[in-house]
Amino acid sequence: MVQYAAPGQPGSVVTYRDRYDHFIGGEYVPPAKGEYFANPTPVTGAEFTEIARGTAEDVELALDAAHGAARAWGKTSVADRANVLNKIADRIEANLEALAVAETWENGKPIRETLAADLPLAVDHFRYFAGVIRAQEGGISQIDEDLVAYHFQEPLGVVGQIIPWNFPILMAVWKLAPALAAGNAVVLKPAEQTPASIHVLMELIADLLPPGVVNVVNGFGVEAGKPLASSRRVAKVAFTGETTTGRLIMQYASENIIPVTLELGGKSPNVFFADVASERDAFYDKALEGFTMFALNQGEVCTCPSRALIQSSIYSDFLSDAVSRTRAVKQGHPLDTETMIGAQASNDQLEKILSYIDIGKQEGARVLTGGERADLGGELSGGYYVTPTVFEGDNKMRIFQEEIFGPVVAVTSFDSYDDALKISNDTLYGLGAGVWSRDGSVAYRAGRDIQAGRVWVNNYHAYPAHAAFGGYKQSGIGRENHRVMLDHYQQTKNLLVSYSPNALGFF
Amino acid sequence: MARVALTPEAAELLRRLRASHGDLMFHQSGGCCDGSAPMCYPAGEFRTGTSDVHLGDLEVDSFVVPVWMSAAQFEYWSHTHLTIDVVPGRGSGFSLEAPLGMRFLVRSRLLEVGDH
Repeated sequence: MVQYAAPGQPGSVVTYRDRYDHFIGGEYVPPAKGEYFANPTPVTGAEFTEIARGTAEDVELALDAAHGAARAWGKTSVADRANVLNKIADRIEANLEALAVAETWENGKPIRETLAADLPLAVDHFRYFAGVIRAQEGGISQIDEDLVAYHFQEPLGVVGQIIPWNFPILMAVWKLAPALAAGNAVVLKPAEQTPASIHVLMELIADLLPPGVVNVVNGFGVEAGKPLASSRRVAKVAFTGETTTGRLIMQYASENIIPVTLELGGKSPNVFFADVASERDAFYDKALEGFTMFALNQGEVCTCPSRALIQSSIYSDFLSDAVSRTRAVKQGHPLDTETMIGAQASNDQLEKILSYIDIGKQEGARVLTGGERADLGGELSGGYYVTPTVFEGDNKMRIFQEEIFGPVVAVTSFDSYDDALKISNDTLYGLGAGVWSRDGSVAYRAGRDIQAGRVWVNNYHAYPAHAAFGGYKQSGIGRENHRVMLDHYQQTKNLLVSYSPNALGFF
Repeated sequence: MARVALTPEAAELLRRLRASHGDLMFHQSGGCCDGSAPMCYPAGEFRTGTSDVHLGDLEVDSFVVPVWMSAAQFEYWSHTHLTIDVVPGRGSGFSLEAPLGMRFLVRSRLLEVGDH
């Protein structure tokens, strides 16, 4: 066991500043109104830094900087931009441990996840888009012998990005890498629950980017996010969050006639067919781990496998083993390398999870394990911890239909393939799903029949760059984490060129 | 049938918000991060339409705050009664209360015969 020292403590690999201003035009700029808000760590509930409380004035300043930089950045060669992205990746990699500790302190997630997933994925994401932009080609369409259509990709210009709090650095990188690769300048607003770790990253990479290409304005959604999302000076808005804010952002975008990409959550089914339990072997063990993935990142993942569907013939035994596996999840100090589940990201998130556990019980769902706030003692008593919770119930219950965004899975059984698909698709959302079977054709068919943008087959919660990620139904618009995201950050310019020396003969 | 209600603490917060922002509305959100929570906006800021259901009006002193939800979501929520409460908190999409360090929260119970 290793426990990392908290940021700023003796022996720590990272220190937060006492205060963060906005990052605008390559430097730190105080908020126009001079106000700051305190930022607590969910690990202990204690405040550790204060953050600029941005307003429309700050957003305008950031947009000025971005517009000042966008043209030149958009004209750089793809080789130059790819080099910048690769250098950013190298810089993150060289400081991976410091960023991981900073991220864990900010968000509450276990250090083993930030070390093994959040930061390595961020590194790879920059490298992926550095490669992709070098390989992108335009198109040529020969309309006839003398008429040729040339298609070029051009950057949109200045884009707005609003980042969620569940993977503060990685979700920023998912949006930054394609936008920068495509040649856009960015104004980015981090979530107000996790506003600080992005600045640890920005300080590390600021010298690699021309001033104004990336600008970070902090603040509350209504005060800083809204002016950004509704601005006439952005060419596109990218948002990860929930449905009502997603609709509001689309409304603003409709006023400005600009595109949006939205990632709005899910209620992902994780389907276990009977043949999973035909042997007690490595695959069975893997499937049990797949069930327990609902506890990854404290369940604060848009694709949390929060509905487990188990075929009735194996239901009792598999569920019993799955509950045992869940009880073995080690909850503890997020900076301890053995900790598997850390703190929920904020107090209101904790309260919301507890309110859902309450309605689950009222609706008659049975708690098989967990179901309560955890007091881990000492300094952690002030933090926001929930025990991994397994509910057994019916798909019509609200805990089966709403995204709790906590370590809570709702389990039910199914009899047939058709039954499994009916339950899987009986949801407003379609972001993620899991299918587990030893029969390749069953797994394939189920994977195709489930209405979700990402179906994991015999695995779960992998997020490699080069695998498109995004939602069907009310889970949003667009595909991140893949080359296709470049299309969401580019215009298509068509030059239609005539090589004929002769008039048409019309006039 | 009364589907929505308000705690005294939430009513007090609505009084404060109305003093700063004028008439108000709620739209219950679904989905991730700050979702599955009631969003409070200046009246008319969020455009409701035929895909929304008007759950009811919350009466606070002399003003009312309408509560809305998407019709698709209502199909799954229709058997529950919602009480809007408030807790110390931070994030809220573009909801008005976040800068005050508060967060609206829905507490639910099953609808009973007496609610009809």
